Amino acid sequence: MAERILLKGNEALGEAAILAGCRFFAGYPITPQNEIPAYMARRMPRVGGVFIQAESELAAINMVYGAAGAGARAMTSSSSPGISLKQEGISYLAGAELPSVVVNIVRGGPGLGGIQPAQSDYFQATRGGGHGDYRTPVFAPNSVQEMVDLTMEAFEVADAYRNPVLVLGDGILGQMMEPVALPPAREAPLPPKPWATTGAKGPGRRIINSLYLDPVVLEQRNLWLAEKYARMRGLARAETVGMEDAEICLVAYGATSRIVKGAMQMARREGIRAGLIRPVTLWPYPTVSIREAAGRVEAFLVVELSLGQMVEDVRLAVDGKAPVHFYGRTGGMVPSPREVLEKLREVAAGMGKRRVVAAGAGA
Amino acid sequence: MTHEVIMAGHGGQGVLYMGTLLARAGMLEGKEVSWLPSYGAEQRGGTANCAVVIGDEAVVSPVVYEATGAVVMNGPSLEKFAPHVRPGGVLVVNTSLAPERVERGDLRVVALPANRLAEETGDGRSANMVALGAFAAATGIVRMDNLLEALRQATPARRRHLLAGNERALRRGEEWMGKD
Repeated sequence: MAERILLKGNEALGEAAILAGCRFFAGYPITPQNEIPAYMARRMPRVGGVFIQAESELAAINMVYGAAGAGARAMTSSSSPGISLKQEGISYLAGAELPSVVVNIVRGGPGLGGIQPAQSDYFQATRGGGHGDYRTPVFAPNSVQEMVDLTMEAFEVADAYRNPVLVLGDGILGQMMEPVALPPAREAPLPPKPWATTGAKGPGRRIINSLYLDPVVLEQRNLWLAEKYARMRGLARAETVGMEDAEICLVAYGATSRIVKGAMQMARREGIRAGLIRPVTLWPYPTVSIREAAGRVEAFLVVELSLGQMVEDVRLAVDGKAPVHFYGRTGGMVPSPREVLEKLREVAAGMGKRRVVAAGAGA
Repeated sequence: MTHEVIMAGHGGQGVLYMGTLLARAGMLEGKEVSWLPSYGAEQRGGTANCAVVIGDEAVVSPVVYEATGAVVMNGPSLEKFAPHVRPGGVLVVNTSLAPERVERGDLRVVALPANRLAEETGDGRSANMVALGAFAAATGIVRMDNLLEALRQATPARRRHLLAGNERALRRGEEWMGKD
């Protein structure tokens, strides 16, 4: 295993992009992701890549469109309000099938909101914040190591499916330092891109576009994309902890999943059998993992740094087979493991009551 | 055991740096570590703090709510963070800039005139290193040789001239604890 070094999440993510072969980065400053462009500004010239501090988020995402169209591995990063500005561009990238990586280090909203960590962009990330019938895979790291591993994977997935891919972090993951082992740089040549606009000489004219005025053609186009999105479903992934004997299934992603894991361990020490499902991909959602657990546990508790967004995907997967409870903090507030434990105790107490009622009904 | 540490003071005192050295030293000991700073609209003279977790197991939460130990470098940090230390925890108070009196009786309080001790070693700005040396000695969280190695690794070539002074300050903090 490679030697472990102490890195900040944002910087580790930047280095991961370079290791994955990203040679084009355009961005515009916003807290709490500023270390990404700062790192890229320093590193890109040394690896023969391009760093541009664009005049706006819109410019940056459209520069990524241009670079990806020319066949480069390209990335932009921002935080919530800036990602809202990029939505038009993300829709165009999806429409034109341009592989690219978009990083959102989420902060509290709506509007300008605050600068502290949040998970309130789940809907935007997983439903597509831009217009049109499109999908983007969404990776949700929960450690600095995963900021590295999942960012590198995001570039591979983007190329494999010719699609923009989102990495959804938060202020905690961006700002914290942890030891990481950096994998070796990708040495294999990048996948061939016979569609890239690399000059009219040779293969002839290539066009990258998302405008289809004929509805017959546009419908065909959308059905073609739908087939691709169906293939992407195989990317769905989750980590499970302590689910073997769990009565209560906690569901949390990103930095929150770590706090929730702390609560889970505390709960187990007092006899509450809690387990954790931690989605690693938010789209496609690991519906199967949740559905499978729904047949075995008595209740779910979803914890998010929002007023309740991912909980809707959990309810869809559980499909009424078990009660789904929710606990969330918002606006940049982060719950302590003890707060989550309190909520777990409430859920466990409720289960006890139901059991008594059920036993009474049976007798 | 897992150490969950809060380090706080005002901007410019080097509290975030102190935390990175502690985390780096923990890593040198083969431990699992994390470092999480307060961030955002910070400024020189404003407040700054960071959370450091060091343990044998993978770090569960990088956010620290109930610290096993804390270093507070000024008065406002003492007020804000003393309530967040667990009973029996170590609280290093920089009495050069904070009152010596601590309301809680259930903590191991180390009253350390960090700025004065730093001045005595040659540079008042290394008060953070004095405090870190004292904290490490009081808690046994990391060994001094690893702190010194972390400092060497973290000191870039252009700051090489500050290394000896910082080393002296770390050791001065450790010595102060030896007097107890």
